[in-house]
Amino acid sequence: MNTIALGAVRTRYEIVSYFRQFDALFFTFLFPIIMLGIFTAAFSATGDIGTGPGGPKVSFGAYYLPGMVAAGVLLSGVQNLAVAIAQEKSDGTLKRLGGTPLPPLSYFIGKMLSSLLTGVVQLILLLLFARTVFGIALPSDPERWLDLAWIYLLGILTCSLLGIALSAVPRSGRSATAVVIPLVLFLQFISGVYLPFAQLPTWMQNLASFFPLKWLAQGMRSVFLPDGFKTLEVGHEWNLGWVALVLAGWLVLGLVVTRLTFRWIRTDA
Amino acid sequence: MTSSPEPAVAVRGLRKEYGGSEGTGSTGSIGSTRSTVTAVDGIDFDIGHGEVFALLGPNGAGKSSTIEILEGYHRRTAGDVEVLGADPQRLHGRALLAWKARIGIVLQSASEQNVLTVRQMLRQFASFYPHPRPVDEVIDAVGLTQKANARIDRLSGGQRRRVDVALGIVGRPELLFLDEPTTGFDPSARREFWGLIRRLRDEGTSILLTTHYLDEAAQLADRVGIIAAGRLVDIGPVDRIGGAEARVPYVRWAEGAGIREQRTHEPARLVAELAARFGGEPPRLEVIRPSLEDVYLQLIRGAAA
Repeated sequence: MNTIALGAVRTRYEIVSYFRQFDALFFTFLFPIIMLGIFTAAFSATGDIGTGPGGPKVSFGAYYLPGMVAAGVLLSGVQNLAVAIAQEKSDGTLKRLGGTPLPPLSYFIGKMLSSLLTGVVQLILLLLFARTVFGIALPSDPERWLDLAWIYLLGILTCSLLGIALSAVPRSGRSATAVVIPLVLFLQFISGVYLPFAQLPTWMQNLASFFPLKWLAQGMRSVFLPDGFKTLEVGHEWNLGWVALVLAGWLVLGLVVTRLTFRWIRTDA
Repeated sequence: MTSSPEPAVAVRGLRKEYGGSEGTGSTGSIGSTRSTVTAVDGIDFDIGHGEVFALLGPNGAGKSSTIEILEGYHRRTAGDVEVLGADPQRLHGRALLAWKARIGIVLQSASEQNVLTVRQMLRQFASFYPHPRPVDEVIDAVGLTQKANARIDRLSGGQRRRVDVALGIVGRPELLFLDEPTTGFDPSARREFWGLIRRLRDEGTSILLTTHYLDEAAQLADRVGIIAAGRLVDIGPVDRIGGAEARVPYVRWAEGAGIREQRTHEPARLVAELAARFGGEPPRLEVIRPSLEDVYLQLIRGAAA
């Protein structure tokens, strides 16, 4: 079989394994849905959120939905893959694969494609949950859905590659969650996932602008919030051009780092 | 498989040092201690095509270091290595994958939490190879037919080890590396495993085996190499290793309060003399030929001295 076909074989087994591992399923797959539920329930008394007098208003849940979509991409890509690969490296899974004629690229294809597919299912569940349980209105304009498609695809590919690249950092499988989760949490707090980005201090906004999550969240806000909300963004516009550029930049960086650092086993020479 | 004149594995002056130039270790590497540990200290051996060769030695003797260099996992410090006509550390890209397709590896221990079933895992691995064995045949050969649809992480230790062996042979390797393959097997599982290895050998598979079970090496290996402290102490056919002196039999019998023992090249004559002296059967008479284990222990003790 060729590299692509083997990538498809790996994808299948990655997905089967993913759904048989309860902890991964809970923390990456259901996390955004649970968080959206908690946020919406906790702040249900706060009332609607608007851009200002006379501007558009949305419910609290609707305001948090784009952040949860972005967080889902980050978790499915970075957190899930970085932790899983670090663990596979330390428990001998990768050493065993490295002794077979499986091309490393097929392994990566399996990781990325399974992230994409499980991520899309996660997104659909999240949107269904938002629509049916919280009555959050979803965009009706097909152009918004097209934006969602490319931002999501670019986002999940970038985050998957960054997850693969980041998996080289933890020195053991057991320390993987301790290395990866604080990093992911930190990014979520400064990038406008849990806290409204517009209310963060300027230095924090500037810091977040170096990282992909801020742009991913911004892109998702452009999809799910009324157009009038762009007045809350930096420069009062959605800036989808920059969203594409920064995500693509991190994609290339992830590709280069992965190419340079990936080994089946920790090398000794 | 064509029989070729050059051996399946050729090792010359192999050395492996750890430490020193190694990257920063886990913890406590702040100081500038650059002590190197020599795991393999200049060893030579060949493995012929279709031969079963056992590498024996105490823990830390350098067996796994040697085998993992041959498998292409580690780079050597010095010496020459040829495995199926290629130097694993010089192979890259497609040539490396093609070479990996011709070898099978059973690593010393695998602790992965594998949620796939035995059959799913084997199907997956079979798809990596150009000419795999039929999956159900392999499952049957390792005696896991009853467990084919069980999740691997719900198997016992010995059953998981059989999965390891199955994954190592599913690609129909020309050369099979078995690093302590029967750890955790019960005696009957070990017998079944021996049968499997003999069948593989009969099909022409070359096999490099390490084991702590000397009876296993005696049963399976055409030749054995014994290493201690990174050096090859002796190498040769199972029935000749250690030299003729190491194989001089013992005659043991009870006399007076204790057990008497005497080594002799002529046990029959000694037994006859004893029979004459006792005027019948000498009590608790035994004639013992040193097993591979006895010879091994003598050689290891000799190497340490």
